[in-house]
Amino acid sequence: MVAQEQGMKHQYHLVEPSPWPLVGSLSVLVLAVGAVGWMHDWANFQYVFFAGLAGLLFTMYRWWTDVVHEARAGFHTPVVEIGLRYGMILFIASEVMFFVSWFWAYFNAALFPPESIGGVWPPEGIRTFDPWHVPFINTLILLLSGTTVTWAHHSLLEGNRRGLIQGLWLTVLLGMSFTGLQAYEYAHAAFGLTSGIYGSTFFLATGFHGFHVIIGTIFLAVCLIRAYKGDFTPEHHFGLEAAAWYWHFVDVVWLFLFSCIYVWGAGPAAG
Amino acid sequence: MAHAAEAHGEHHHTPTGWRRWLLSTNHKDIGILYLWYAGIMGIIGFLMSLAIRIELAEPGVQFMTTLTGGDMAAAQQLYNVLITGHGLIMIFFLVMPALIGGFGNFFVPIMIGAPDMAFPRMNNISFWLLVPSIVLLMLSMFMEGPPGGLGAGTGWTIYPPLASSAGHPGPAMDLAILSLHIAGASSIMGAINFITTILNMRAPGMTMHKMPLFAWAVLVTAFLLLLSLPVLAGGLTMLLFDRNFGTHFFDPAGGGDPILFQHLFWFFGHPEVYILILPGFGIISHVVSTFAKKPIFGYLGMAYAMVAIGFIGFIVWAHHMFTVGLDVDTKAYFTAATMVIAVPTGIKVFSWIATMWGGSIEFRTPMLWAIGFVFLFTVGGVTGVVLANGGVDTVFHDTYYVVAHFHYVLSLGAVFAIFAAFYYWIGKMSGRQYPEWAGKLHFWVTFIGVNMIFFPQHFLGHAGMPRRYIDYADGYAFWNHISSLGAYVTAVGVVIFLGVVAYTLLAGRRAEANPWGEGATTLEWTLPSPPPFHQFEVLPRIR
Repeated sequence: MVAQEQGMKHQYHLVEPSPWPLVGSLSVLVLAVGAVGWMHDWANFQYVFFAGLAGLLFTMYRWWTDVVHEARAGFHTPVVEIGLRYGMILFIASEVMFFVSWFWAYFNAALFPPESIGGVWPPEGIRTFDPWHVPFINTLILLLSGTTVTWAHHSLLEGNRRGLIQGLWLTVLLGMSFTGLQAYEYAHAAFGLTSGIYGSTFFLATGFHGFHVIIGTIFLAVCLIRAYKGDFTPEHHFGLEAAAWYWHFVDVVWLFLFSCIYVWGAGPAAG
Repeated sequence: MAHAAEAHGEHHHTPTGWRRWLLSTNHKDIGILYLWYAGIMGIIGFLMSLAIRIELAEPGVQFMTTLTGGDMAAAQQLYNVLITGHGLIMIFFLVMPALIGGFGNFFVPIMIGAPDMAFPRMNNISFWLLVPSIVLLMLSMFMEGPPGGLGAGTGWTIYPPLASSAGHPGPAMDLAILSLHIAGASSIMGAINFITTILNMRAPGMTMHKMPLFAWAVLVTAFLLLLSLPVLAGGLTMLLFDRNFGTHFFDPAGGGDPILFQHLFWFFGHPEVYILILPGFGIISHVVSTFAKKPIFGYLGMAYAMVAIGFIGFIVWAHHMFTVGLDVDTKAYFTAATMVIAVPTGIKVFSWIATMWGGSIEFRTPMLWAIGFVFLFTVGGVTGVVLANGGVDTVFHDTYYVVAHFHYVLSLGAVFAIFAAFYYWIGKMSGRQYPEWAGKLHFWVTFIGVNMIFFPQHFLGHAGMPRRYIDYADGYAFWNHISSLGAYVTAVGVVIFLGVVAYTLLAGRRAEANPWGEGATTLEWTLPSPPPFHQFEVLPRIR
């Protein structure tokens, strides 16, 4: 196995030392201590939490700024870009498994509803949403946004920057519409986070999805800014592709939420 | 080690001093950080187990009460906190950082002929996140957990309702949960990094089927981490919300189900035990092959046996839950699936033996640890087959038989692999070789000590002694006494090890590039000891 000879000089990116991992980790410590104190109503710990959060967000901003600068400086050679693709796919795979846990909790209750909720799903006394009103509109919005992000991507591949920017604007606006409608729906829910297992599974599954929609929207908005700055070329635009992959992932999770929780899990009194 | 190879950094700006260690983007430096971290955590985790064994040396409660000023309730809680801390620290802060973060980081890029990891900056946050993680866990030991008690005394499995606000209303539990969350985030990022590195950065000619088995082991381990930890994250989040925000995931009064937590936990927890042992499998393959001076027997079988173990490891989780009231068909499935794992594991054990068969075996210290591993891991594996039976496990569940089983595969398996790797690679990493006689002394003292601790625990489990309790019936006194004496012997072994580390780093003789001779065939032995700050500026081409 050791038989070897001289090969080529490598094309990998050896990153310069960076303060952000350390600063980010310390921010996480502050954030976690603040969260625990806040949850236990210790005086002023919400400020500790927000200080940690600010540190974490600052770290993310500076870290990814560095990545963008490195991309501009040409460090992202073809082999490095393949590495970034692997990284993003694997990150999304871990996110899928995170959502598996929420669906697991949901089906654990929905397929085997215990006596304490009447032995039925949705539980007795829970008036669920009509899936064919706001949730269906949201489904159409996300599906449409999947096409607009593809429009943006293909415009870029054709060298059409105007189309890229238009497509991204539409995608970001559609993402924000989804979040707005979801907030509207939450505000009109006939059940709460604390009203038993239905509220728990509904709000955490859809809530974590909504949180991912917001992250995806921010990711796309960053791509929009970068598109204005001319960062993307038809050959070299992995940041945009990663945002699109993430957006499609968020879209697919929604389709499962919509079909499993909103449609299949709707009660007869829905609406 | 701080002198490592500045001379070789002429092609690249080489950071020095605090910048080198705090802001590192170098896989070898980060690996060294991980190893120091794991070493410190190992000592803390070991001291906890020593306190447990001192308490259990005699029936009745005597040692913990001296620590709590005679307060019996506090002593019982302290005992529970110690077993919880011991488990979490040994798993998340010793074995994983040592095998994956430490040896994995240092050697996987070198073995596949890469100059560094795929994402060097993310590599560093994987390490540094372990600092807030352990700080939170340590803090939790000094905060209120159960009413009027300190710390989280739930065991590493943190089952509700003991871990809910019913059992542990205090902030200690939340700190422990967030500690696990952060350790999980660290490992997920590490997993992404290893998979990307191994799939994307192999040197020209280094095909998957030529790749050293340690790299294979870390690859499979990384997939297990990537796919299992997010499910734990979900379960932990549910627990956090149940505790603090009024949800009812695990609360039957609101339609929730405490068994759901066990499913989510063990869907992570079972792959986790393979995460702990697979990198050890890889290391043992290298050591056995090196000192038998033969290529590993059945290389492809060895690689795919690990893949099979990793895959099956995802579909056996409920064998940890045989006593929760599972359907008998469910138990039959999980019994059968669990026993299937013995097949690929058997492939590995027999291949190690077949590698040694007819070899020109040299009994250097790493080889002693490796043979010890094969022997003792097999003992733990065989008791695992016993426990895999749902019917048998109904009797053995939560007895010392289980404690003996998993310590044979982990303390006497994974930890033996860590020591094998330490003696195998310390010369390569530090540039200084350990004294052979001291390494052998360390091995024999530890071998005798740990077997004295854990072998009698099989008898205790057979006799029905329950685990996770501070006291026991007088009938269990004799073997508990032997077990505790074994812990004191092992403590001597730990002291010898610390002496070996100190002597090697300060005054060990200089190590040559390959101290092991013709048997050592992987790429790390082609580099100087220690390797240059950036190896493979020009990629090696593998034929």
